[in-house]
Amino acid sequence: MVGLSAASRQAFDARVRDALADEVLQKVVAEGQDYMQALVEPVRAEAQWAAAVDEIARIRAHTLAHLDRYVDEFATNVEARGGKVFFAADAAEARRYVVDLAQRQRAKLIVKSKSMVTEEIELNPALESIGAKVVETDLGEFILQLAHEKPFHIVAPAIHKSLEQIRELFSTAAGRELKADAQALTEYARGALREQFFAADMGISGCNFGVAASGTVVLVTNEGNGRMTTTLPRTHVVVMGVERLVPTFADLAPILKVLPWAGAGERITAYVTAITGPRRDDEADGPSELHVVIVDNGRSRILGGKYEKILTCIRCGACLDVCPVYRKIGGHSYDSVYPGPIGAVLSPLLDGLACHAELPFASSLCGACTEVCSAGIPLADYIRQLREDSVSNGSAPTAWRLGFQAFAAAAVRPRFWAAAEAVALPFLRLLSERGALFNGRGPLAAWTRRRDFPRAEGTSFRAQWRRRPKRRAS
Amino acid sequence: MTHPLRSTPDLPASTPGGPVAVRASLMVTCLGDALFPRVGLAAARVLGNLGVAVDFPPGQTCCGQPAFNAGHRDVARRVARPFLRAFADSEYVVSISGSCAAMVREEYPRMFAGHAEEATAVHLASRTFEFSEFLVDVLGVTDLPVSRHARATFHHSCQTRRLLGVVEQPVRLLCMVEGLEYVPLTGADRCCGFGGTFAVKMPEISTAMLDEKVDHIVETGADLLIGLDMSCLMNIEGRLRRRGRAVEVRHLAEVLAAGWSA
Repeated sequence: MVGLSAASRQAFDARVRDALADEVLQKVVAEGQDYMQALVEPVRAEAQWAAAVDEIARIRAHTLAHLDRYVDEFATNVEARGGKVFFAADAAEARRYVVDLAQRQRAKLIVKSKSMVTEEIELNPALESIGAKVVETDLGEFILQLAHEKPFHIVAPAIHKSLEQIRELFSTAAGRELKADAQALTEYARGALREQFFAADMGISGCNFGVAASGTVVLVTNEGNGRMTTTLPRTHVVVMGVERLVPTFADLAPILKVLPWAGAGERITAYVTAITGPRRDDEADGPSELHVVIVDNGRSRILGGKYEKILTCIRCGACLDVCPVYRKIGGHSYDSVYPGPIGAVLSPLLDGLACHAELPFASSLCGACTEVCSAGIPLADYIRQLREDSVSNGSAPTAWRLGFQAFAAAAVRPRFWAAAEAVALPFLRLLSERGALFNGRGPLAAWTRRRDFPRAEGTSFRAQWRRRPKRRAS
Repeated sequence: MTHPLRSTPDLPASTPGGPVAVRASLMVTCLGDALFPRVGLAAARVLGNLGVAVDFPPGQTCCGQPAFNAGHRDVARRVARPFLRAFADSEYVVSISGSCAAMVREEYPRMFAGHAEEATAVHLASRTFEFSEFLVDVLGVTDLPVSRHARATFHHSCQTRRLLGVVEQPVRLLCMVEGLEYVPLTGADRCCGFGGTFAVKMPEISTAMLDEKVDHIVETGADLLIGLDMSCLMNIEGRLRRRGRAVEVRHLAEVLAAGWSA
């Protein structure tokens, strides 16, 4: 057990060190955050923003409180419109359903629009294992597929890539040197993807929100690839988390107002696509089959517990755009599909704390995430509560546990505390005068290797207060 | 110099001919007690100058925040009990640390919910203030006989800003200091990387955050950095020194006490 956790800590530290040493990453992520803040901050200060956040929190909490009812209503309505619904208890079941479907339909080429749940259930490798070619059509995901990397950010998956890095990847794929120009590179991707859309046998998308009252799958996208994916191939497969529902279209309104702004700094998104069932007889476009895979994969365990609000997340990514830790360690250090503050909470809850033991501790609890959360989730407090879980399940290092016990034993005895200070502080002063605390060795090394230790005065406040001249009656 | 008291109902009546008698207990925090006595003494001096009768309940040690934030809730509650008792008779409690004030104000009521001390915790929370907040919001200070010639910038500590909502108060006080040129800090709402045990549990991430903060401080060209929480300031000063920077680092109370001319 000790060996395991030490190994996991070492692996975490190694990922962090790689990120900290990556100059491109450091520059690009900070610029991305600053760019987003400049756009979003003025809007966040508006009164209607706070009102929309309250409204989202209320709607999402209500949906979760009656989730069984809304899931049932949603599924019934999807089926009434000719869609098929499959409930997947875990990632394996979800993968198996989609793989079987692809096999049955002899799907050779599959196009995908951006979906974090398909990343979560690791769908692409499963489809590739049966010989299907899977093409990511979201520009960011397209870049990552060429780079063989996981998403770095839940909204902007390739935010860590510089223009030059993207140019190199695209040039290799194109077999010719492309210009380092955003327009030119996007045109290349557009052309390459257009052929895939027309040839694809199957389109796979996520689902930003499902509307229970009508059985509608709503997608919020910017590039038009979502519409191509869900309209051109003969089969459309939707993969969604079981919590991603709202009761009615009216309940979607505040979300559609906040999501584009918080997620991309836009007043309105380019495309809001609402899909209700497959193509009907009188319709010209659309797939002949619609499959909706509703994935639990640990979510119902969270439901009804102290972390329930994490399921109200609308995946806007705002917490990643303000997190000072994410700013430094980037998305891949989290070793999870969901990085940043949302990931630090969600990943341990979905996969088990043991799989992500470091994440709750990789936070300064500064509260920036809680402040900007579009759904009002107390992210920082959840991170702190996960530390409590870690302590109560015995994962806290013995040295820390004993240290806190000893500290408490002194702290509850003010006289002993004062006596201990009277002994320790002159000693501390002596050490600091000799520079012995500044050399980065000994018990204070974790501090002094990188920072000077404050020069101790040698006498406590309480001692000085007792001896102060009594100028005033107090 | 004037300090019109805000019309707070539970303030005692003014004594005839003398200044209004407000009693406040100083919360010096464990860190302030052991490593920064000068800050507690400075705060006491400023409060005294403003006519506040200051006391120091010696039963206080630590508010329990380090254990609480590290996930050791039971330890935190155990430490917090004598702390609650220490301030039982205090009219106001003034903390020289924003995060410790936030611990008492935001977390104590929740930590003791359903426990025998719940009412005491809620009561203490309602009387606890951060130093600059107490000066501006409770004492209603609008000008100060303080001067200090320096180019100064200010670090907003996360918990002071986000949990207490104390943002404008210290800046207003700084603007009352004659001769002080205030330069706002870029990325002022971003954490300095301290985060309690985080600083030593995740030292590399912490230092990376800290270095960006130090870069921004150096960019301002300020020769003085002021803040409201010695834990963050200790972190920042430690790195400034290690990087060979001479920027002076002070708690706001120190600046006000040292420059007081009345």
